[in-house]
Amino acid sequence: MSIMARTDTSLVSQWWWTVDRWMLASLAAIAAIGAVLILAASPAVAERIGYDSFYFVHRQFIFLALAFVLVFGVSLLSTRDIRRLAIVCYGAAIALMALTLYIGVESNGAARWIRLGVFSLQPSEFAKPGFVVLAAWMFTERRLDERFPGYAVATVLFALLTSLLLLQPDVGMAIVVSAVWGVQFFLAGLPLVLVMAIALVFLGGAVGAYFAFDHVQTRIDRFLDPSGGEGYQVTRALEAFHEGGLVGRGPGEGQVKLVLPDAHADFILAVAGEEFGLIASLIIVALFAFVVLRGFVRVLKNDDLFILLAVAGLMAQFGFQAIINMASTINLIPPKGMTLPLISYGGSSALATAISMGMALALTRDRPGQVGTR
Amino acid sequence: MSGDGQLKLQAPKSRQSPRQSRRIRLQGIRKQALETGRNRLLVTGVVFTLAFLVIAGRLVSIMTFEQSGEPHAVRSAPSRMNVAVRADIVDRNGVSLATSLPIASLYANPSEVSNKEEAADKLSRILPELKRSEVLAKLKSRGGFTWLRRNLSPKKQYEVNRLGIPGLAFKRGERRVYPQGEAAAHVLGFTDVDGQGISGLEKQFDEMLSSGETLRLSIDLRIQDMLRQELTETMDEFNAIGAAGVVLDVDTGEALAMVSLPDFDPNVPEKSRGGKRFNRVTKGVYEMGSTFKLFTVAMALDSGVATLNDGYDASKPLHIARFTISDFHSKNRWLSVPEILVYSSNVGAALMALDVGATVQQDYLGRLGLLSPALIELPEVGSPLTPSVWRKINTMTISYGHGIAVSPLQMAGATAALVNGGIRRPLSLLKHQGLEAPEGERVLSVATSEQMRGLMRLVVTDGTGKNADAEGYRVGGKTGTADKQAGGKYDDKALISSFIAAFPMNDPRYVVLAMLDEPKGTKETFNYATGGWVAAPMVGRVITRMGSLLGLMPQLAAVSAEAKDRRLETY
Repeated sequence: MSIMARTDTSLVSQWWWTVDRWMLASLAAIAAIGAVLILAASPAVAERIGYDSFYFVHRQFIFLALAFVLVFGVSLLSTRDIRRLAIVCYGAAIALMALTLYIGVESNGAARWIRLGVFSLQPSEFAKPGFVVLAAWMFTERRLDERFPGYAVATVLFALLTSLLLLQPDVGMAIVVSAVWGVQFFLAGLPLVLVMAIALVFLGGAVGAYFAFDHVQTRIDRFLDPSGGEGYQVTRALEAFHEGGLVGRGPGEGQVKLVLPDAHADFILAVAGEEFGLIASLIIVALFAFVVLRGFVRVLKNDDLFILLAVAGLMAQFGFQAIINMASTINLIPPKGMTLPLISYGGSSALATAISMGMALALTRDRPGQVGTR
Repeated sequence: MSGDGQLKLQAPKSRQSPRQSRRIRLQGIRKQALETGRNRLLVTGVVFTLAFLVIAGRLVSIMTFEQSGEPHAVRSAPSRMNVAVRADIVDRNGVSLATSLPIASLYANPSEVSNKEEAADKLSRILPELKRSEVLAKLKSRGGFTWLRRNLSPKKQYEVNRLGIPGLAFKRGERRVYPQGEAAAHVLGFTDVDGQGISGLEKQFDEMLSSGETLRLSIDLRIQDMLRQELTETMDEFNAIGAAGVVLDVDTGEALAMVSLPDFDPNVPEKSRGGKRFNRVTKGVYEMGSTFKLFTVAMALDSGVATLNDGYDASKPLHIARFTISDFHSKNRWLSVPEILVYSSNVGAALMALDVGATVQQDYLGRLGLLSPALIELPEVGSPLTPSVWRKINTMTISYGHGIAVSPLQMAGATAALVNGGIRRPLSLLKHQGLEAPEGERVLSVATSEQMRGLMRLVVTDGTGKNADAEGYRVGGKTGTADKQAGGKYDDKALISSFIAAFPMNDPRYVVLAMLDEPKGTKETFNYATGGWVAAPMVGRVITRMGSLLGLMPQLAAVSAEAKDRRLETY
């Protein structure tokens, strides 16, 4: 690392020496793999629906470039600025989500998007990092001062977000948000009895979702009884993985992208499996695992409870999303509309993930002046 | 993990200012909270690690091992199992009458079709017989499965495949094809959309055919086609509502041809409901009329009640109970037994039957197979209608074919027994295997059979059957014309006109029967629509054409004239 000297005190240089370069590198690797896979998977999908072959490629490359600027920009912020950013993110996203219910673009039976010229914005993606940081903040305040109604505030924030998500409806996202909130509550020292109680509530919520939402019910029924002959995408995805074998059919040789409507989005891992094989797929899984665990390890030694809760929450959100996406692609769980962060096509997802990761990087920067004092 | 929230650090009470004590306490709470957080973060990390490991393990398992239990195997298994091909049906010479072609049927899983409008557009363009609105409605239905189009040709299947619409799939199957169309429709029957025989031989031999065993019929397609053509022309000529024809081999009981008109195309059975599917040869039973006199004479001769030299008084109509029996071609005199047949005298036949007696009559009719359903390998077999109480009047009317209704096939089968030496054999639509004639039951003496041959020949040379005399084939036969019953009354305008023939009479090999349902007379026939005018000429033509098809040389001029003279002398 001779580009920047330790003694250089410029902003960029200070950032470089204090930021978690391992995490940065693995995120870059994930994004690079995502760029390759979008090149492999999306032209077939674009041609099928009558767009220019590289329609999705061009857009995703722009999103990834913007994402990197965002990661860098956000990771420069101080802890206090991160909290401010979280308030803005959460507030703006909640307002837009409320608006989506009235002016949203409906697609596949859910109103999640707002049209902004050539770009459709999915505000709920941006609500997630904001919520995670705010919840961490509230939990911390409550832990340090019992008179502060931190738990109550965090619960209200959570209830507001999940009810808006369920109104869209976006059950998958609601589950991720609930799980993250649960993890944060758990880390914040929730009594074990309550941990159990919340687990039961989640279970009840899942069962409730099964009965309340038709599409949730069909998906789960299909998962439990594949002989019904449905679950087309999952079946094709499994065939693709099988075709791929150890080293894959080779770049561009895949067939699954020709038939899967979501080959470039939710089912992109199937394209990776078919064209690049088992080894490449395992590398992708390993990279996601590394990012999550690296984040955890990084805050394990940190003395700031807020940072611990916030970063763990951000990582948990990133990890949950990856796990749910992968697990449904390989038919371990019922299919759930969930993007694979930084790999699946999608602007809102890429940019919101960039904010999340930027926040995590900002919070985990080495702060010699803070650590170990007081 | 400890119940941390409850733990309170005891702050030292003295020597410290409240502010100091609060700060130390805060420090303690922070430490405690951090400790809990760290411990629990470790647990969370372990859970995440496990989740990622499970995913990695699953990837390894599906990408490196055979996926025997995977859902996609379950999906494709049934379609591969469904390829056992239904066997062909061929005629006696091996010409294909029914065969199965592999086809694909298109269905959709509506929930998997992403762009339904576009899919409906493309499909209705490639398959013009599908309406776009109907396709769209099907694709928008909530069910998980909907047929779009059965029986696609390979070319259409390729084109639909090339559209690359997700959610569409094909079920492989087979389609029954009848290359000869209507030719043997009633014999073959047809299958339903699932390939199960639901009528005719397809039904009778359903199990055998589905297990792949080819069915070889006794039918000779050449004769079948020819008979059908002649019957169709005759039916049109005389404006009849239906017709039936059958050709039997008298020694084996095999049916060489069996035609029922009107008929249908078994390739598209759904286009012809009801009447056209009715098999007049086996299922329909009719009062056959005078052709029955053959049996009356045969039983009289065989039982010894009468000889060829005996005679009966046919000079005036018979009055019995409220009925009157009279003759159509009345000679107003005593008639010898041969004359009763040649001039087709109802009165003579009735008197002869009275001599024979009801019991013997029933016995002979029963042994000739006229009182029980025809024995043939078809599900569509009609039961004869016979008197419930066999009175004297029944015996008399049955002697000339009224008051009893039998199927044309029963009629032909009984006639075969009359001329083949007196043996009744089971009839069959399957080709006879082996050289030996199938076992039969003797119903008449050889001598009686010989006499019947002569009498039948006489009917053609000198009687009502002259129009059937195919030159050189020594045709013998009997005309039949019966008034159809309608509402309990006989209608003399609605006739069943038939001719039953056998040839060559010196050593009969084939029986030919033709029957017209409600023929109307024409100028050429002087408005007669009787068996002699309608059916006999057609049978004559059929026999001539059969001769050339089967390579039977006609015995021309001198020989036949000689034979004719000799018989005239005799009778």
